Amino acid sequence: MNAVMKMSTGMNWTKICALEDIPRLGARVVHSGHGDIAVFRNAEDEVFALRDKCPHKGGPLSQGIVYGKHVACPLHGWQIGLADGQAVAPDVGCTGSFPIKVEEGQIYLQL
Amino acid sequence: MKMKKMKLVMVGNGMAGVRTIEELLKIAPGMYDITVFGAEPHANYNRILLSPVLAGEMTIKDIMLNDVDWYEQNGIRLHLNKKVVRIDRRARKVTAEDGTEEDYDRLLLATGSNPFILPIPGKELQGVLTYRDIGDTNAMIEASGQYKRAVVIGGGLLGLEAANGLKQRGMDVTVVHLAEWLMERQLDRTAADMLKKSLEARGLKFLLQKQTTSINGPLIDGKAGRVESVSFSDGETIPADLVCMAVGIKPNDDLARSAGIHCTRGVVVNDTLQTYDPRIYAVGECASHRGIAYGLVAPLFEMAKVCANHLALMGIGRYQGSVTSTKLKVTGIDLFSAGNFTGGADTEDIVLQDAVGGVYKRLVIQNERVVGGVLYGDTVDGAWYFQLLRDKQNIAEIRDHLMFGQSHLGNSGHQGQNNAANMPDEMEVCGCNGVCKGTIVKAIKSQGLFTLDDVRKHTKASSSCGSCTGLVEQILASTVGGAYEPQQTATKPMCGCTDHTHEEVRKTIREQHLLSIPDVQRFMEWRTPNGCASCRPALNYYLLSTWPHEAQDDPQSRFINERAHANIQKDGTYSVVPRMFGGVTDAKQLRRIADVVEKYDIPTVKVTGGQRIDLLGVKKADLPKVWADLAMPSGHAYAKALRTVKTCVGSEWCRFGVQDSTQMGIDLEQAFWKMYAPHKVKMAVSGCPRNCAESGIKDVGVIGVESGWEIYVAGNGGIKTEVAQFLCKVKTAEEVLEYSGAFVQLYREEARYLDRTVHYVARVGLDYVKKRVLEDTEGRKALYARLQFALQGEKDPWQERAAGAGRGEFESFEVAV
Repeated sequence: MNAVMKMSTGMNWTKICALEDIPRLGARVVHSGHGDIAVFRNAEDEVFALRDKCPHKGGPLSQGIVYGKHVACPLHGWQIGLADGQAVAPDVGCTGSFPIKVEEGQIYLQL
Repeated sequence: MKMKKMKLVMVGNGMAGVRTIEELLKIAPGMYDITVFGAEPHANYNRILLSPVLAGEMTIKDIMLNDVDWYEQNGIRLHLNKKVVRIDRRARKVTAEDGTEEDYDRLLLATGSNPFILPIPGKELQGVLTYRDIGDTNAMIEASGQYKRAVVIGGGLLGLEAANGLKQRGMDVTVVHLAEWLMERQLDRTAADMLKKSLEARGLKFLLQKQTTSINGPLIDGKAGRVESVSFSDGETIPADLVCMAVGIKPNDDLARSAGIHCTRGVVVNDTLQTYDPRIYAVGECASHRGIAYGLVAPLFEMAKVCANHLALMGIGRYQGSVTSTKLKVTGIDLFSAGNFTGGADTEDIVLQDAVGGVYKRLVIQNERVVGGVLYGDTVDGAWYFQLLRDKQNIAEIRDHLMFGQSHLGNSGHQGQNNAANMPDEMEVCGCNGVCKGTIVKAIKSQGLFTLDDVRKHTKASSSCGSCTGLVEQILASTVGGAYEPQQTATKPMCGCTDHTHEEVRKTIREQHLLSIPDVQRFMEWRTPNGCASCRPALNYYLLSTWPHEAQDDPQSRFINERAHANIQKDGTYSVVPRMFGGVTDAKQLRRIADVVEKYDIPTVKVTGGQRIDLLGVKKADLPKVWADLAMPSGHAYAKALRTVKTCVGSEWCRFGVQDSTQMGIDLEQAFWKMYAPHKVKMAVSGCPRNCAESGIKDVGVIGVESGWEIYVAGNGGIKTEVAQFLCKVKTAEEVLEYSGAFVQLYREEARYLDRTVHYVARVGLDYVKKRVLEDTEGRKALYARLQFALQGEKDPWQERAAGAGRGEFESFEVAV
């Protein structure tokens, strides 16, 4: 998560919800001015934020099954890396990711 | 603090070894510092495609599997052109010819095999070659440009491919063979004679039952000159400018032998591919496993998988030997052979022969199982027969049409296509993903794919509905030839997270009384921290179906449809299908549906094929409210569960009806709704043999007759239409419930996740189902009781959620930015 914070100059952190509002190995959608954003929580309580559109056919990634640091798109099963939005080879494609952090049990997105 | 990595040194840079490294990198990346020695100047190439190169159909570039960059990208130190000559086992060090030394913690021998050279005078003459590697291939290509007359010694697989290649290159080729017929280790006489005839038609000449005694040529200044002729034991001598010896291979175990490692004919390994020195492993053609050294590619891949698993210290997996198949890679000649094709006293033959059409098929059957076969002229079903052979599948039920192939069983592609070889490159194979034949062939060649799973991953062909699997397998088999390895369905692991099969997982869950997904993954040593999108839903189902009311459901391991209790659509909205028991509704329900449609602005209302109403385009957030307003039970149209029980009007109204099918359908649906299963389950009840409810294509189809009810099972109206099979006839409605219930419970307990009843019954056989459901009365009652126990107290998911349960799933967050 620190890696994404580097590019965060000049933008504000917006509070989204509590970490507990998202189930482990689950996700919730955030409707924002930047379009829908999928916020994921993995088994280790790490959080990730991706544009809620699969690079394949625009499927809502927030509805997929989360495992390890990946999510499987609910429409056609593409596997997308949570950290970078990259599709797992041999599929090729990438969806945007957003800086995200957890502080005192609250999730913040930088938009 | 960084732990020092272990060092893995591999000697031999061929397909078996590199495949082992690839498997190892997949499951334990970064575990070893890897060094590879290759005696050839090339990186890893696809040796089995040398014949198309010789024949001028492909180039060396086409057959490279891993180029030098691949080694670099994976951090592997590559020593090309360096032959390892010494292993110092005490110091754990190998030394190459040029003095290069490398230390090892684990050593992997993949030194392959050497061509056998006949110990006859003249073998060292110029123009006497073997056929083994790129060097030999290039030498033959070069010779074909300068010389005219070629003699190939050896009428086996390799010899014939060499002969064909040289002929294609314009040479005048004679094949000399010791045995009575060609390829005597793969073919019976009939097939061999047909093969010889068609090769003769291409201009090849054959001398059978000829023993070569000498190769003749001049000595120039004491050095061997160019070959001039070949002589045989019967005194005959024929002229030759090029001699290719293709009389067999022998495992290259010289290095291991010189290091004192036990070798017989090859380096002796156990079922984990370990040699007598526990730090040293051997794979591929140099290894001798249970007394066999394999010379074909398919077994090497199985070895690679097992060996990598042990190198990664996972300790799962045994290599227990391979059944191999052979395919001649000569364009235009279709030939396939596998297993015990000669048969014996306790085997039976099924033979189909059409000498004029050039087709010959012979299957050897033992105890109702295929144990071997030879196909000539029409090898379309080779892959399928081989699969039956490897799975040891009982063929009693399909015996009468076995010879006519898989397409005859209605299991191949669409558009009536069942012969991949005859398809043009631009013809579509996979209708779901729009993949044509040419794309698949190109991917197989350029990416070096060998398995169906690889092809699915790279091309998507057959990865959706799977109905073109047979075609894709044919394309794979004909493109890679003998390296083709059909999916071993009987021992196929659940997914990449484990080496355990579905059956092993189910058994362990039952025997160890495991109750949660993490428990299973821990106990069975899953490789991944929390599984994947493919194993988690399966595990969740296995747990719930094995331990109802005990195992805890994990919504995060369910596919979105089962988590949201509605069907996700392409735009991210959902569809809602309320349950109408037996397809019967009334004014109140219809009025409520109409009100809901207007209130929530639902764009599409459609009548389904299952006699229900589908509301499409519902926003996820509206779902609980929609369910509350509908006040109808969930139709489970989104779930691997009982969907609908379709009915016809039956005796209540219909002038032909002999039974009250509507009531029977309502009773079935009331009894079994809320029942989750390995896949969706559809039922139907017709009130007379006119069968208006289409009971013949349902998982359980019931047809009313004057004297009672007929029950049919394992039908399917979907991807591939499968007619349901007759299970039994019963008298009463109670019996219909008990027998159908017992059947679905058997399916729930034993089928693999995502297998429909048709797949399950095809695997275990209808006889087995009859034994469990019909013959064993106590067993049937127990099955039915277990189903009733599982369904006891099961709640309607819509009602629960309308009342507020699992609210979070339907919530989203809003930000102003």
